[in-house]
Amino acid sequence: MIYDIIIIGAGVVGTSIARELSRYQLKIAIVEKEEELAFGVSKSNSGIIHPGTQNSPESLKGKLCVQGNKLIRKISRELGVDFKEVGELIVAFNEEDISLLEKLEDDGKKLGVPRLKIVNQAWLQKHEPNLSKTAVAALYAPTAGIVSPYRLAYDLAENAVQNNVKIYTNSPVTHIKQLETERDSQAPFEITTPNGTLNARYVINSAGLFADEISRLVGIDNFKIHPRKGEEFILDKKREHITNHLLFPLPSKTSKGILVIKTSDGNPMIGPTAQDVDSKEDLSTSDEGLKKVLDGVRRMIPSISENDIIAYFAGLRPSAGDDFIIRHEDKVPGFINVAGIQSPGLTAAPAIALMVCDILKSAGLKLKKRKIFHSHRKKTIHLFASSLRKIKNFIKKDSSYGDIVCRCEMVSRKEIEDAIARGATTLDGIKFRTRAQAGRCHGGFCTTRILKILSENLKKAPTEITKNGAGSEIVAQERDHA
Amino acid sequence: MLKKDLVIVGGGPAGMAAAIYAHKNGVKNILVIERDKHLGGILNQCIHPGFGLEYFKEILTGPEYAQKAIEKIRSIPEIEISLRSFVVRLTQNKILTVLKPGALEQIKAKALIMATGCREKTREMVHIPGTRPAGIFSAGLAQKLINIEGFLPGKKVVIVGSGDIGLIMARRLTLEGAEVKAVIEIQKESRGLIRNVVQCLNDFDIPLYYNHKISHIYGKKRVEKVDVVKVDDHLNSVSGSEFTIDCDTVLVSVGLIPENELIEMAGVAMDKKTNCPTSSELNTTSISGLFVCGNSFKVYDLADSVSRDSEIAGKQAAEYLRNRS
Repeated sequence: MIYDIIIIGAGVVGTSIARELSRYQLKIAIVEKEEELAFGVSKSNSGIIHPGTQNSPESLKGKLCVQGNKLIRKISRELGVDFKEVGELIVAFNEEDISLLEKLEDDGKKLGVPRLKIVNQAWLQKHEPNLSKTAVAALYAPTAGIVSPYRLAYDLAENAVQNNVKIYTNSPVTHIKQLETERDSQAPFEITTPNGTLNARYVINSAGLFADEISRLVGIDNFKIHPRKGEEFILDKKREHITNHLLFPLPSKTSKGILVIKTSDGNPMIGPTAQDVDSKEDLSTSDEGLKKVLDGVRRMIPSISENDIIAYFAGLRPSAGDDFIIRHEDKVPGFINVAGIQSPGLTAAPAIALMVCDILKSAGLKLKKRKIFHSHRKKTIHLFASSLRKIKNFIKKDSSYGDIVCRCEMVSRKEIEDAIARGATTLDGIKFRTRAQAGRCHGGFCTTRILKILSENLKKAPTEITKNGAGSEIVAQERDHA
Repeated sequence: MLKKDLVIVGGGPAGMAAAIYAHKNGVKNILVIERDKHLGGILNQCIHPGFGLEYFKEILTGPEYAQKAIEKIRSIPEIEISLRSFVVRLTQNKILTVLKPGALEQIKAKALIMATGCREKTREMVHIPGTRPAGIFSAGLAQKLINIEGFLPGKKVVIVGSGDIGLIMARRLTLEGAEVKAVIEIQKESRGLIRNVVQCLNDFDIPLYYNHKISHIYGKKRVEKVDVVKVDDHLNSVSGSEFTIDCDTVLVSVGLIPENELIEMAGVAMDKKTNCPTSSELNTTSISGLFVCGNSFKVYDLADSVSRDSEIAGKQAAEYLRNRS
């Protein structure tokens, strides 16, 4: 069988493209090298739906970000993703910097960012009471919002699968060969993974940090991905209301700065750092990173304490120059690069998907709508996001909603079993989907129970259960009971 | 809404002693809420001896100690016990919201004793730099994996922190065939009992490095090695003193934090630093009739002391109820 399209990489970009293309009568597959989806760049995304500010008016980033900010709302409604429009403030600390805010406002307006305004100190003290009294003004972008980046990717993928998209995990692509051209049709590609070969007429490379390496497999070597590390620190849910908005300092050339981020899980997050690193696998955190982040955010919110931090992680931005690379590679007809998708990639993802559809059309692919497209999926139930009245009803329908596994984040056995039914196979997969193990005790109490639930549901030995794929088994062996 | 004279949250040694003594002092309508499927709390996973010398005048293992209390509490019909039950919400006027398989209940307590114990400090709270692969466990989780679930968490182990749980786990892992390569303690001395340093480390020739810390954890999928460095009196790294230990497992035993999020939610005045209620008298809080006992009131060294002081909480609650009516 020949797929019409194979998408390499199941992050938020790959899954957005897959879901958009699944509206059409096409045979589509996603190949992903990791054990689960969104385990690459997307898992450490900050979850911010940017309004479009802090981008140059001429950039693809800016255009797609503004468009994506609008599109994400409909997608969230259709897929039951929790999108919250919380608004953002880009804060200035001295009078001279107000002109920089005005420049950002102008750039934003050129891009079509709605309802931007500069707010003064009195406004800030009223609407953001924990903000440092030294803040003099801010650019307020009310259309900024938050989502859970991995839950968005999972929900997009799940909906794509409802519409017949096939997903291959644990399938790193090792070779891509374009076969001899058949008459009057797109020459198909042969894609090799350790699990075998797949054929497709079009290949979309959304392989994140490894997009340059994938591109080189077809002989296109015109960009390089530079990993840029960001360390982020998650605060206790008790501090959920430490800010009312996303808080940004004025941006620098290379990054949007150290932020105070609201998340759709409730826990505030602070960071990220921005540091160019050599390795695409360097996910280590450092004392220097912590210090930099604390110094940075305390300038905005002086009351943030080191003791509020319950977890931290590092992610790598797949940077490939100033702008996104989204193009058909004419030298290899049928091969489309979607690379260098760093911030605001999450926001832009739905717009990137539309752009890829247009590119495919131009490259000769016929996009004919399916007769039946399942545009909606049932919203995933999370007790932590539900009222007591609702929880009572859930328990009435299924008693295992009352069987709490993770006590810090209030996650029930039913939610964990649902996550497994929807594709989670690892402890991290459970964590990203349900928040179990993500709270203040960090899995100290619930890891054993989740391990057993995974083992029972997947019919695997507990020793085979991993944190995030082969090699990350949790326990070394079962004790010898002989 | 259900109404109870006394609700006790937590069925470990503290909660059980409080319930038994509240009953002894005249309270007849008592509910004990326990999240696990057994009473006994963390004692159930502490299968080593060393419990009970003060309280029961004999040396017991954790489960034996728990069993004595369980038999006692089970013999009192006026004490109702609700297992696998989680309190998810608590208000100032002592209304509890409880989730359990098949039910969400709200309960109004005239008096309330919180005996919710502790959680372990995590690697994240002491900021150990490096990666986050599989193989990093809190010592208590490793203890549960071995003693309750029957899994060996790893084979080459470095333990951070020489608190009692860390020391006991060093011995436990050695007996299970793992190689404990070192215990790393940032302070000048162990926070654990001396008998544990002797019986759990010295007797097994396990090296204990005082004034040292782990400066980096390596490993992509599973822990591969750690860097260890000496620290000076101000806990700053001494450069040139670094060395590396190959290991597949890091156990973190760096202290306990009272699990008091529920009373904080109810508005009890808290000491932010210790996560304990601010209090002038044993077991009391800023809300009258709301008592806290055992490790959630303050972190104890011995279960025996927990039982002893929690009996007092039972009496205090009984007295509160008497004065109230």
